[in-house]
This record gives sequence, C-alpha cells and structure tokens, in this order.
Amino acid sequence: MTSTESLIDRRQLSYIAAQAADARLNVELETEGMTLNIGPQHPATHGTLRIIARLDGEQVVWAEPSCGYMHRGYEKLTEVRTYPQVTALVNRIDWLGSFANEVPFILAAEKLMEIEAPPRAQWIRTILFELSRIANVSLFLGDLGVQLGAITPVFMAFRDREYVLNLIEGATGGRFHPNFDRIGGLKDDLPAGFVDETRVVMKKLRNFCDEMERLLFGNEIFQSRTRGIGVIPKDVAMQYGLSGANLRASGVDWDLRRDQTLPMAWNKVDWKVWTHPDGDSFARCWVRLQEVRESTRIVDQLLDAIPTGPVMAKVPRIIKVPEGEAWVSTENPLGEMGYYLVSKGDLGPFRTKIRSASFNNISIVPWVLKGVYVPDIITILASLYFILGDIDR
Amino acid sequence: MSASLLAADLPYWAQALLRVLGGVVAVLLPAGTIVYVFLFKMMSFMQSRLGPMEAGPYGSLQLFAEVGKWLQKEDITPERADRFIFKIAPLVVLASTFLLVAVVPFGPDAWFTDFEAGVFYMLAVSSVSVLGILIAGWASANKYSLLGGLRAAGQLIAYELPMVLAVIGVIIQAGTMNLQNIVFAQNAGSMFGWDGLGNPFILTQFVGFIIFMIAVQAELTQTPFDMPIAESELVSGYMTEYSGFRFLTFFIAEFATAGVFSLIASVLFLGGWGIPFAWFGWDTMDDVDGWMNVVGPLIMVTKMMLLSFVIMWVRFSYPRFREDQLQRFAWKVLVPVSLVNIMITAILKVAF
Repeated sequence: MTSTESLIDRRQLSYIAAQAADARLNVELETEGMTLNIGPQHPATHGTLRIIARLDGEQVVWAEPSCGYMHRGYEKLTEVRTYPQVTALVNRIDWLGSFANEVPFILAAEKLMEIEAPPRAQWIRTILFELSRIANVSLFLGDLGVQLGAITPVFMAFRDREYVLNLIEGATGGRFHPNFDRIGGLKDDLPAGFVDETRVVMKKLRNFCDEMERLLFGNEIFQSRTRGIGVIPKDVAMQYGLSGANLRASGVDWDLRRDQTLPMAWNKVDWKVWTHPDGDSFARCWVRLQEVRESTRIVDQLLDAIPTGPVMAKVPRIIKVPEGEAWVSTENPLGEMGYYLVSKGDLGPFRTKIRSASFNNISIVPWVLKGVYVPDIITILASLYFILGDIDR
Repeated sequence: MSASLLAADLPYWAQALLRVLGGVVAVLLPAGTIVYVFLFKMMSFMQSRLGPMEAGPYGSLQLFAEVGKWLQKEDITPERADRFIFKIAPLVVLASTFLLVAVVPFGPDAWFTDFEAGVFYMLAVSSVSVLGILIAGWASANKYSLLGGLRAAGQLIAYELPMVLAVIGVIIQAGTMNLQNIVFAQNAGSMFGWDGLGNPFILTQFVGFIIFMIAVQAELTQTPFDMPIAESELVSGYMTEYSGFRFLTFFIAEFATAGVFSLIASVLFLGGWGIPFAWFGWDTMDDVDGWMNVVGPLIMVTKMMLLSFVIMWVRFSYPRFREDQLQRFAWKVLVPVSLVNIMITAILKVAF
C-alpha cells in the first residue's frame, strides 16, 4: 500500500517537475503578450464599443467585444410608454436609419390589433424605409474610407446623405428621428414636390455609388486591404446568426424584404437581392454598395406607381392593443431587426423584446478576429458595420 | 565656385546669426505654406468644402490662430512617461529637419553649407527623425504610441534603402555628391547636344524619381504609408500623448520635412534653383549672375510647391497600406527596381 502510494507520488512529482521545466522553457521562449483595449473611447468604434484584444506582436491571439457602455434600457422603457410613444424611443436604436426602426414595431402592433395600413401608407412607409437605408449605408461607404485611411470619401458621403436627409425632413419633419409612423398608417401625407425631388436625389445617389466605386472600390490598396481579410464562411455566418449584408456577403441568399409577406410594398416592384460568394471584408462592402443602388431603384419604381387614397386607417383615438403576442421583423439597413411584443390589453406593451441586427452581428467578432493583425481589426469591424445604438439598446 | 554671399565681409557672429535666421525661415516658411495651401485649402476643395474662411481673407491667418491655440494648451506629460525622453523627442524630430535644410542650395551663393558629401549627409540625417519618433513612442507609456513608434521604426528603416538606391543613379550621372554641383550638372548639361533645357535628371532618372518620391512619402509617414499615425487604428500613434507646444513641434516637423524633401527632390531631379545656363551663356559656376541669388530661391519654392502638391494629393486620395504589405512593397518591388535602375545608369554612363 505504502509502496504504491509512494510510486504514485514519485510519478506525480516527476510529472510536476517536467511541467515546471516546460513552463520555464515557455517563459524563456515566448514573448509576453500585450492586452490592448480598443475603446470604449477610440476613433474606430463609432461610439463606445470596447474590444479587448490580446496581442502577440501585432497579431491578435484572442479578442472579445465588450458592450453595454451605452445601454439605455429601451426594452424596459417601452413598458412605461403608450404604444404611440414607443416610436419616439425606437428611433434612437439605429440612429442613422431611424425610420426603419419604427416600422417593425408598428407592424407588430398592427398585427395584434388586426388592422392594416391603407395602400398609400404602405407605399410611403416603404419609400421612407428605403430612404433611411440609403442614408445609413451611404454613410457606411464613406466611413469605410476613413477606417482604411482615405479621408476624402467620407465628405462625399456626408454631402450626398444630406440630400436624403433633406427628403426625410421634408416628409416627416425630422432629419434623424422622424417619429412619423403611426399604428394604422402615417402621421401625414407626402408634401408637394416630394416625388420630383426624390427622383433627382436618387439620380445623385446613383452617381455617388459610381463615384465610390471609382474612388474606393477600384483602388488597389483598398482591395489588398479588404480582399481575403476577415473571411466568414457560409455555415459560420449562419451559426452566429448574422443577418443583412453580412450574411448575404457570405453567399446566403436571404432577404426578409423578399422572403416575407408583410403589408409593405417591396413585393410590388422589381429588384434584386445581391449576394457575394467570398464572405470577406470586400464582399461585405460590395454587397452594401449594390444595396444602395437597389434601394434607389426600389424608390424610383415605388414613386412611379404610388397609389392614391388616405394614409391612415380607422383606428380608435386611444389605442389599446388586444391581448396577445406578436413577432415582426424586417430587413433593416444593418440586418434583421424584430420586435417581440407581448400585450395584456393595456395602453402600453407588457413586454418588448428588441432583436437588433448589430448585437448579433458583432457576436462573431471573437471568432473572426482570431489571428488577424491590428490594422485588420479595424477593417473587419468597419466591414461588419455596427452602430452602437443598435448594439446597446 | 564663388564664395558664399554670407561670407563676404561679415564677422563670424553675424554670419552665424544670418544662417540661423535663414534656416528658421527655410524650415518654417515651407511648413506654413504647405499647411495653409494644401492641408487647409486644397484638401477642403477636394472634399467639397471650403476649409477655414473666417481668420483673415480666405482663412489665410488660420495658421496663426491654430498656433495660438496650441501654445495656450496645457503641456501634459503622462504620469508613467519617461519624462526627459518624452520631452526631447519632438525636438529630435524637428532637429532632423533643420539638419536636412543645411545642405540645400538655394542659389549660386545662397547656401548654408557647401558640403562635398551633401547627398550622403542628407540621407544620413534624414534618419535622425526615426530616432525621435521611436523614443516618442516608447517614452509615452502608451500601448498605441508604442505600436506606432515600432511601426514607424520598421517603416522608415525599410524605406531608407530605396531612397538611397534611387539617389545613387543621380550621383552616378552627375559624378558628384555635392548638391550644388548636381544643380550645376543639370543646368549646364545638354541632351544630345541640345542645351535649351539643360539636362534635368528627371528625364533620365524618372524611375529613380518615382522611387524617391514614394520613399519620401513613406519617410514623411503620409497617407498610403501612415501606419505610425493611423488615426483610425492607433488613435494618433506616437503623437497620442502629446499636446500643446510639443504636438505643435511634431506638426511643424512633419510639414517642414515635407517641404525640405520636396526641395531636395527638386535639387536632385528638377534642376534645383537653376535655369538652363545656355540661356544666358553661362559656362561655369562663376559665370552665374548675382541676381540668381534672388530668383533662385523663388524657383526653388515653385518647384517645392509642385512636388509637395503631389505628396499631398496622394495623401488625400489613397487609403493606407498594411504594415506587412508596406514592407513587401519596399523590399520586393522598390529595392530590385532601383538596383536595376542603378545598373542601367552605370552601363549607359560608361557607354556615353
């Protein structure tokens, strides 16, 4: 008995000694890593995202996003608001394409109330939805240049986004936070001259896309910085629940605007869902560029055939949503955005779950950042395109 | 070669004073001009905006406002910084600019030092700024600064070599390392017997000129090669922790060096201060008329603006390389091409 114990002891001791020798060797050979906190205040995080990256030289060994620095508790706040008040809150989730945030919430409430907006309201909703997508993604295209060191494209993006914001302001009264969508329709009809003005602006935006293609996408340095960087294969993208252009750039042909029947006007017009087989940073940027073009096409066609009629269905003055649960999601500029609405028949929601695209999109960051270099962290984060308000709701 | 104008009948202290004043003007004037004309105005026009418009006519006094702002700012030293090294680092970088300008000839007699190994000296002191940047990055006690400083060291050392090799073609052709004599060789030279334009080396050494300008772009850490600063990655690289006057020193050094390198490039490749000597029938350096001491600097400034326009144009148009791509570009493209250039130049020099 004692002999076996001592045998084990001896074995253990020799094992421990070998381990210790290995560890010493490792300590001698390996360089000490460095932990780099990118953020919460950093020029590349457009807000307060923090990426904790453990570096070996300039190579990332391990990285993790740490979010919540800007959490505003919108899910909880909706519980103490009435339904019409909630749209003012959810405007602020994705602040670059704010009208698109209102739509799924309103659609969920309408689904519970079993009413549908009149056709004209649906078409105007779709037009404003696509305008906010253009405003959002065109800024992405400019910002991409800044992240990669080219400072000129962003000013062109700001210049042309201004036209779109003017349109949104003309129609809704708010440049960034329209708060225009109502249960059962819209606050107002379109202003006079909106249609002609929009056609002109859409032409400008198509020029902007061509300009971006020449200035940025055709640039050899840009291509060498983005091609093959941060490749996300199809299956990994689906496992991590990516959505929007990030998913389509990995070759998954999935667009909620086409694959879902909602009371919106997307299925009334002819447009194309762009995908890219590569799944790298360039593919994600390229897909977004094509989406801006498609959006201008959608808006143009919607303007051609906009129906007449009222913009508001018959709804009671005081909106009480009947008891029940509803889930509606739409293809927002950043990806799939949905609201799970639980109603107990009160003036406000009992519980709201907001599924925002960026929160799921950055969940892939630890996977995709492993082994890349520090400059590529920025490329990959820029091409994944998140908005802080959309991560921390 | 005629004696320097400054050497004529002046006591030593007056000469020294004049040279110091001249050096300050030669460093600060190009820096201010480049910052206002290119950084403030041209960049704004390229980006569909107006730039500064309020301070002075068309914002021409904006620079003074900026300098005033920087001087008022608090001079912060990080707590864990290596204080002495942190404080001298910007001065080391600026000193490199002053050392560079010392060999640039501005006219037949308007120069600071007439140095036989001028090109050699120029290439040597341009590396001093690397030291300043490296110690700035290290002494800041900041991870971004450290990464920026190390990147700068790797990059600037990698691009020293193509720059040296690009200049060797000029040295072979001119047969001298004295910058004044290189100017003379270009303006007194002829192309196949026709001397109406002299023989500016950009025509025969255009490969060397392109490599030299790329290397200058990298030495100045301007945009396709601005990883040491890389504001979207490393906040501001080695300059992150600097504020107030010390940041201003870095800023002046950056643009003054752009000006001085443009001056050197115009001396090496564009004929420097000279106009083709055949126009006025000058044969040797002593024949050159005295008024060239006034016209020469103006010609130099014109050429400097032209070349720094190219530098800034590239800066505002391109995204930046990654560190490994930059090294690959230096070692696998620029160095072999410049070696081939040297070989061809040497063969042709012997042949003709």
